[in-house]
Amino acid sequence: MSWLKRARKGIRFLNSADEAAVPKKELPENLWTKCSECGDLVYHKELATNLWVCYQCGYHFPIASQKYIELLLDPGSFEETHTGLVSMDPLNFRDSKKYKDRIKENRSKTGREDAVITGAGAIDGIPISLSVMDFSFMGGSMGSVVGEKIARAIKDGIDRRVPVIIISRSGGARMQESILSLMQMAKTSAMLARLSEEGLPYISVLTHPTTGGVTASFAMLGDVILAEPKALIGFAGARVIKQTINAELPDGFQMSEFLLEHGMIDRIFERKNLRNEIRDLLLFLWKDAQSYRGEPTDDVPQLASSSDS
Amino acid sequence: MVDPKRNGGYLDFEKPMVELEEKILALQESANGNDLDVTAEVDQLRDRVQKLGKQIFSSLEPWQRVQLARHPRRPYTLDYVARVFDSFTELHGDRLYGDDAAIVGGFARLGARQVMVIGHQKGRDTKSNLHRNFGMPHPEGYRKALRLMEMAARFGRPIVTFVDTPGAYPGVGAEERGQAEAIARSLFVMSRLPVPILVIIAGEGGSGGALALAVGDRVFMLENSIYSVISPEGCAAILWKDRAKAPQAAAAMRITAEEVHKLGVVDKVVAEPLGGAHRDMDGMAETLRTLIESSFDELEAMSPQALVASRLQRFLNIGVVHQE
Ligand SMILES: [Zn+2]
Repeated sequence: MSWLKRARKGIRFLNSADEAAVPKKELPENLWTKCSECGDLVYHKELATNLWVCYQCGYHFPIASQKYIELLLDPGSFEETHTGLVSMDPLNFRDSKKYKDRIKENRSKTGREDAVITGAGAIDGIPISLSVMDFSFMGGSMGSVVGEKIARAIKDGIDRRVPVIIISRSGGARMQESILSLMQMAKTSAMLARLSEEGLPYISVLTHPTTGGVTASFAMLGDVILAEPKALIGFAGARVIKQTINAELPDGFQMSEFLLEHGMIDRIFERKNLRNEIRDLLLFLWKDAQSYRGEPTDDVPQLASSSDS
Repeated sequence: MVDPKRNGGYLDFEKPMVELEEKILALQESANGNDLDVTAEVDQLRDRVQKLGKQIFSSLEPWQRVQLARHPRRPYTLDYVARVFDSFTELHGDRLYGDDAAIVGGFARLGARQVMVIGHQKGRDTKSNLHRNFGMPHPEGYRKALRLMEMAARFGRPIVTFVDTPGAYPGVGAEERGQAEAIARSLFVMSRLPVPILVIIAGEGGSGGALALAVGDRVFMLENSIYSVISPEGCAAILWKDRAKAPQAAAAMRITAEEVHKLGVVDKVVAEPLGGAHRDMDGMAETLRTLIESSFDELEAMSPQALVASRLQRFLNIGVVHQE
């Protein structure tokens, strides 16, 4: 049975039971959700079976990190790594709130330790080292913990001699850790440079939104860079740019389609194709991949020709 | 040298020092005209300048450091290049799009050494600031820097960078041409270049736009420079919803050289002449020349493999996490 068929039958996949992992803001609990793109009311349960993609217009609703893990990996193959790493508030930072308290609140609100989950898993039998960022934890911001976990996940790729995949979703660096968060950009990028020397592939997957220091480090360094449709991807914030240039921004500015047009990303994928696209990429980029695959399934989907239909 | 008598542009907290210095000049001028011996008075005043300077500069607030780092008279990359090195030949362009004047680069002679020098460049007046885009590079600036650094590595020449930027330029063209990619690529490539890289945070170390030139074996910060993930104004606007709270944000983010050093991000805080680097550019340059030469002496003793391994480790070590 194909992965998609399993999904449709609702086997451990995107059913309403695990919506708890999704921040309330992203998915209202009522039966109908208004699509923020086309304005249509879409039935919740149908949305879930369609991987939170609008039937009418194809808008990709934001989903939680756990959902990407389910979407991408062979069922049961995920083993979380580097758990228990938490922020120490080395600056003793305080704005309207103490950073320590923000961390506490975010931990209890999201059930996560910080804004990224890392682990080992397999796609159609092909082993990978995976990191998935979680926007619900302080806007997916990168502080010491996020940088450390991602660097370790890249190192796992080197140590286990497997490809690395990072699914980004982040507002950028975490101001509350100031210069230490800036340095995580160098840490993760330097580790990726090591991975590259080892001849192991890195696939970067950009989802809405990916901005600031995350974009200006590991997110833009993929051997191949994929992005979800209409995801906001950029370095500087639109508000800052508008203030600086004192003019309106072009239509579609900093959207996936804009980046594709300007040559900054390789492909825009539809969520339902993510797993197959990455599987095929791994087979191309990594000669060892074929040896890990089991019996070819009877209904292997083709790499989608294009998403800009 | 800056003529303290003729120009404005001083910060409020430096004014007592500047006023005393003006007095000294006035005294000397009047003495010249009519054969008076004012040596004793001048010495006394100089003594007061020193004491006052020490008093003011030993207890600066973080926000005052920010002002010094952005001082309109602060030496910029080309000021250092002219004083630290024996010669300099600028090289231009990224071979892809253009030549960004917000970053300068070229080869320089330092005694017996040939080195690649790269740095952000600000302007001194409106016209030159427009030309230099206030030291805020576009992607082509970073790609030029990277081209020059890769070239230096190819020919076995060490690299010195001077960091002084409010940040990478936030504009439409910059985004279209991949500001994020240009910075990321710089971090990626710099981390593996098999030649010694020295980084001097000379003024404003503004976020990713600064870091893109700052992946080195040794990273030094001048005493009155700052290094931060976002400008104090930007941080204040987001966390305090009020840009005027920038001094608070500057303190909270711990962006002074002393604090950044304590956090383990830089190797050394380089003392500036009393009153700041702008009051004695030659003195500052002399300090830097000695530091650059001794650092290259150390780093050149390492094999390229050991060099890149320790550079990677240097950045892996930065950050504070707790294992529960
Ligand atoms: Zn829709």
